[in-house]
Amino acid sequence: MPSLPSMPSENSNLQLVSRATHLKEIALKNLFLLCAFVAVAGVLLIFGFVGFRGWPAFAEVGPWSFLAGTEWNPTDGVYGILPLIWGTVVVMLGALVIGTPLAVGTAVFLSEIATPRVRGIVRPAVELLAGIPSVIYGFFGLIILRPIIANFTDGLGFGAITAWFILAIMIVPTIATLSEDALRSIPPGIREASYAMGATTWQTIYKVLIPAAKIGIIDAIILGMGRAIGETMAVLMVVGNAPVFPESIAAPIATLTTQIVMDMPYAAGMHRTALFGMAIVLFLASMGLVALVRLISRFQTSIEAGR
Amino acid sequence: MNKNTANGIALALLWIAAILTVVVLGTVILYVFVNGIGQLSPEFIFTWPEGVAAEGGIWPTIVSTLYVTALAMIIVTPIAILAAVYLAEYAVQGRLVSTIRFAADSLASVPSIVMGLFGLALFVEAAGIGFSMLSAALALSFLMLPIVMRTTEEAIRSVPKYIRWGSYGLGATKWQVVSRSVLPASMPRIITGIILATGRAVGETAVVIYTMGQAINMPITPFDSGRPMTVHLYLLAMEGINLPAAYGTALLLMIMILAFNLGARYFLRRNRKV
Amino acid sequence: MSYRATPVADDAPEKITVTGLDFFYGDFHALTDITVGIKEKAVTAFIGPSGCGKSTFLRCFNRMNDLIPGTRAEGTITLDGQDIYAAGVDPVDLRRRIGMIFQQPNPFPMSIYDNVAFGPRLQGIKKAELDEIVQTSLERANLWKETKDILGRNGLALSGGQQQRLCIARVLAVEPEVMLMDEPCSAIDPTSVQKIEDLMDELKDRITIIIVTHNMQQAARVSDFTAFFLQELAGEAAVLVEYDRTPNIFTSPKDRRTEDYITGRFG
Repeated sequence: MPSLPSMPSENSNLQLVSRATHLKEIALKNLFLLCAFVAVAGVLLIFGFVGFRGWPAFAEVGPWSFLAGTEWNPTDGVYGILPLIWGTVVVMLGALVIGTPLAVGTAVFLSEIATPRVRGIVRPAVELLAGIPSVIYGFFGLIILRPIIANFTDGLGFGAITAWFILAIMIVPTIATLSEDALRSIPPGIREASYAMGATTWQTIYKVLIPAAKIGIIDAIILGMGRAIGETMAVLMVVGNAPVFPESIAAPIATLTTQIVMDMPYAAGMHRTALFGMAIVLFLASMGLVALVRLISRFQTSIEAGR
Repeated sequence: MNKNTANGIALALLWIAAILTVVVLGTVILYVFVNGIGQLSPEFIFTWPEGVAAEGGIWPTIVSTLYVTALAMIIVTPIAILAAVYLAEYAVQGRLVSTIRFAADSLASVPSIVMGLFGLALFVEAAGIGFSMLSAALALSFLMLPIVMRTTEEAIRSVPKYIRWGSYGLGATKWQVVSRSVLPASMPRIITGIILATGRAVGETAVVIYTMGQAINMPITPFDSGRPMTVHLYLLAMEGINLPAAYGTALLLMIMILAFNLGARYFLRRNRKV
Repeated sequence: MSYRATPVADDAPEKITVTGLDFFYGDFHALTDITVGIKEKAVTAFIGPSGCGKSTFLRCFNRMNDLIPGTRAEGTITLDGQDIYAAGVDPVDLRRRIGMIFQQPNPFPMSIYDNVAFGPRLQGIKKAELDEIVQTSLERANLWKETKDILGRNGLALSGGQQQRLCIARVLAVEPEVMLMDEPCSAIDPTSVQKIEDLMDELKDRITIIIVTHNMQQAARVSDFTAFFLQELAGEAAVLVEYDRTPNIFTSPKDRRTEDYITGRFG
């Protein structure tokens, strides 16, 4: 064992942690925690206040006749939001059907095909698409797309189909950027292995890469779904706003969000309460989708851990 | 089908998807630009609306939009940055952190109309602030919070650990490490995140319509009401009274958004180079 | 090999004394029963195969390991006879007195001046004194001539070797008593290595230096004392095999394992 002569030298004392420093660091940490908790407080406040204002819609109209009632007629005190839920779902699904292939295609293009130069154009374009205000999309849809649709369908062009196209454009950035992240997080070795076995680019994409990024792409689509359900202004300006079950995809329709905007200016009493009740439904739906994404990723982690 | 043919067709489709995305963006921008450019003039920008608020200029709406956006930015920036500092530097992974993250993700996905009704219920009515810049800014700050939090957290996490060690090694306290080394090193990306979130606030309609009001007004104090550009555009477009003014408003709005986005990009690129 | 010309006296005081130190990362036992005395105003080198815990050991001296959750040290380390792991000791103050240089040069993304002024500013030293501190520190780090006209330039704009000397200047600016160097030359070019080794020789008149290196020639060139660490089996705790004056370690090691390592039979 090493043994060398020992003789401590003379020097200043080690300082102890001063109480002031200690308290300051603790105080700062708690201040930061408090700030982080603002997010939690926000969710609780939204739930609390919107819930408080909207709850009577469930209690007094009755949850069943509120959620599953087939007629929305506030003037006669009939508050059934099923037509609006139906409208929301129809608009959302159509937008997903159109938007998803475009978005996932763009994502695959960005991560697998584009040269850095081309990527440098497409990627910012996708991000800018996300930045354009929904009221401008609505305006564009109202002035440009609506007359075109009207020509094709012998109607006024207000209806689900117009909303599909506008909303499809709006969810492309959400789905495309998240899907691209998922594709890019695949280790490059996997691509090389596939190419080395003689696979073409396309075979590599759909047999190897898309399955590998599947969960990420599904998450992206779910979040795009959330965006579509919650979108208000753009849809409002093109759907025609009739709270009924539409006869065709080109007939006026209303969604939960658009009906709130249409009715808010004059709604009072139970009518106003019902609008807050619809906001509760929207809020729970959007939180449900976020929770679903979490569940999926937890499920995936547990599968991978079990392997 | 031959696998090379399939490959060719598939790649062509992917190209088309990407081109379509760019073309759609180009069309929207170009369309608004071509139709709005004739409307833009100093009179349009700097004068008040006339008649049923559809003629004349849009100056008060521009001021309202900038006012509320600046106010929201001032409110959200310190909270979001400190929250991100907590998540990136102080928090230990656990139930608390996953609750905070879930809340932030949920907040990010709350439909803007719900945020609008929430602002109406809490700030305008329950808190008694009324339709005002402040109510709208508070509601908007909840919308911006998760965006700024996320970009800031990513920025902080991307600071190399060597920078932290260097700072600790010199006898910095944790707060000194964060405030003097980590935050300055991640500042370009944090500012980019703030600019992007601000751009989002400029374009927001459904939140502000129920918290700021719709009456044309020149806001002076935070308790004044007003009408932001987005709401103005919505009303002009839906009533169809003065389409040129709608185009002009849309173009100005778009220019502001593009300026925010491109500005953020430019800023980030310039600061990445040392 | 060439060794240091002026040997440190046998009765030179110990700056740091380690007694029976065990170190754990969670359940992993990284170091076991290390006892060693580091002489004041001398250069001590820690050598050993990679993964043998020498860097971990180095980081115990300024409690940098505290920053990694789940780590724990048992036994005692004293600085000037005082236990640095004693309850209430401020690791922040400790790190002011025991500076550290890392493998990767890590200047802050700010000006050269601000880099050097960083430590003094932490202690609230005012602008008036800073200029002098910055100049003195850069001079001691042999970097003043190269940088006196570009003090406002970003520290990252310097070459790798200059960056490392900037980091040394940054540490010297807080007047540490001990400087820990964790493989300071492994990420820079050979010419710069020479400059840093010369610098260590100049600096040891004022401060105690401990250097971790995987380069045995370097250990032989720069150090007065050498400690050899070894983790004999993967997953087992590392031990201090031998500690002695550097020429003794390299010419007449007492332990067979040291000899094997020095002569390149493993590691």
